Amino acid sequence: MNETWTILQENLPQALADTAYMVVVSGVVGVALGSAIGFGLFLTGNRLFHPNRVVNDIVGFVVNAIRSLPFLIVLVVLIPVAQWLTGDPYTPTGGAISLAIAAIPFFARIAEGAFSEVDHGLLEASQATGASTWHILWGVMLPQALPSLVRGIVLTVISLIGFSAMVGAIGAGGIGDMAIQYGYNRYDTGVLVAIVVILVVLVQVIQWIGDRIAARLTH
Amino acid sequence: MKAIELRDVEVAFHERGREVRAVRGVSLNVEQGEVFGIVGFSGAGKSTLVRTINLLERPTAGRVLIDGKDITDARGAALRGIRRSIGMVFQGFNLVGNITVGANIRFALKAGGWDLEHWAGRTEELLRLVGLNDKATSYPADLSGGQQQRVAIARALANNPRILLCDEATSALDVETTEGILDLLRDINRTLHITIVFITHQLDIAKRIFDHVAVMEEGRVVEQGATFDVFSAPQHPTTTALVSRYLDVALPEQIAPDLPEGTLVELKYRGDAAFEPLITDIARTYDASISVLHANIEYFGTRPIGVLVVLVAGEARRTGEALARLRSRVLGYRVLTRAGKDDRR
Repeated sequence: MNETWTILQENLPQALADTAYMVVVSGVVGVALGSAIGFGLFLTGNRLFHPNRVVNDIVGFVVNAIRSLPFLIVLVVLIPVAQWLTGDPYTPTGGAISLAIAAIPFFARIAEGAFSEVDHGLLEASQATGASTWHILWGVMLPQALPSLVRGIVLTVISLIGFSAMVGAIGAGGIGDMAIQYGYNRYDTGVLVAIVVILVVLVQVIQWIGDRIAARLTH
Repeated sequence: MKAIELRDVEVAFHERGREVRAVRGVSLNVEQGEVFGIVGFSGAGKSTLVRTINLLERPTAGRVLIDGKDITDARGAALRGIRRSIGMVFQGFNLVGNITVGANIRFALKAGGWDLEHWAGRTEELLRLVGLNDKATSYPADLSGGQQQRVAIARALANNPRILLCDEATSALDVETTEGILDLLRDINRTLHITIVFITHQLDIAKRIFDHVAVMEEGRVVEQGATFDVFSAPQHPTTTALVSRYLDVALPEQIAPDLPEGTLVELKYRGDAAFEPLITDIARTYDASISVLHANIEYFGTRPIGVLVVLVAGEARRTGEALARLRSRVLGYRVLTRAGKDDRR
């Protein structure tokens, strides 16, 4: 028991920091690029804007292709890329790269869905005012889609926390790495239990905050 | 001066592999400063047609002219400029629900390139115009349907348009609210000299505010002209059906069996011609008894159309002559059957 406590004290803060780092970096990149791609998918798929079947199909295919791979495969496939970009794939930064690559298409579909939910008549009315597409994005689509986007961000972050454990499993650090090293390899059940509790609480808190924000944004 | 001119406009689109010809060769002129109505049953192509005026729907053939200028091929910045000069109001209000009323109007001001410093003043001015001075910080969901439509009208007027398009703008509202919105639109038309194109399937709106009207059926305009002329003497079956639905009198079934012998006739006449003396005259000439069971006058703009239900009785041959004479003097003549069901002639 004392040993468990020592392990937690010595390793947990760093593990949590590494996980937070990986989730935040990949989350920010995933949400930013995913939103842009999702918006592109929406624009090329919508009759009111810039319908373009070819572009929509090609981008859609790439997005689906990446999403059809289990994350573990994405991770392994991207090890050389992470190596080339960061020098060492077995670090939190290396791990964040594969997490971001997985998060981008994931969030792209969420964003496309959120934008598609915006009422068609509302978009027509916005166009009738003479507003540009860019202005409609910021003035109409974003306020209307924001609650869905926030729920989508929560979903993405929670998935990324899960995936970050897999990144940990190949040695890139974080809370997953710790669980494998101490809980699995050294049979320290106490460490495992502590990590499980932390993860459950963390996910509940993130979900609760996300729901609160989404509700505040809906009128 | 023609504010809007449509020349042989066609709109076709593909829906599940089938070609739908929503608008089929429509030509019409809307004069500067008038209220022009397009009426027809749902599915007639009214909404599609009105959307060609600001190119929300691009015609597959034909030309659209605004103030004499051909805009049919306008794109990009030029198209946005044209749209700023044409406001539009919809059946479903189409306000951005997650931002305030003020922000909804500022959206249009920004689209119109207004300087930031003028936003607040202009927003207030527009809200005052539609009678909602104190609602700038409310959210659309906190307003009634009529108030939401007023906000939509304020938004449509933000950039001082010369034309206002109304797509079934009152169809989602109750009768009283509709009156308020129609009064507001009439005011806007008169004081700001904005040309209004209003589409509806409701004839009581048509008669209240339209100067000219076009009747649509299956993508075509089947009849058009001054509102009173079109509705007082409909030529096309669709117009007749629209007018009948609105003006026809149905006598309660329970009173029909109690009526004395005689022929029950519904007459429609231009109410600006004196009609009652004619009835008295005919009754005297043919020695028939003509009793009025129902009388109604509907105003189309300022001009009235009268509807009478009369019971004509007397000696058979002379009654026939009296009916023939009546028939020759009215716009609409219809013999009603006793069961309440009618016999159209």
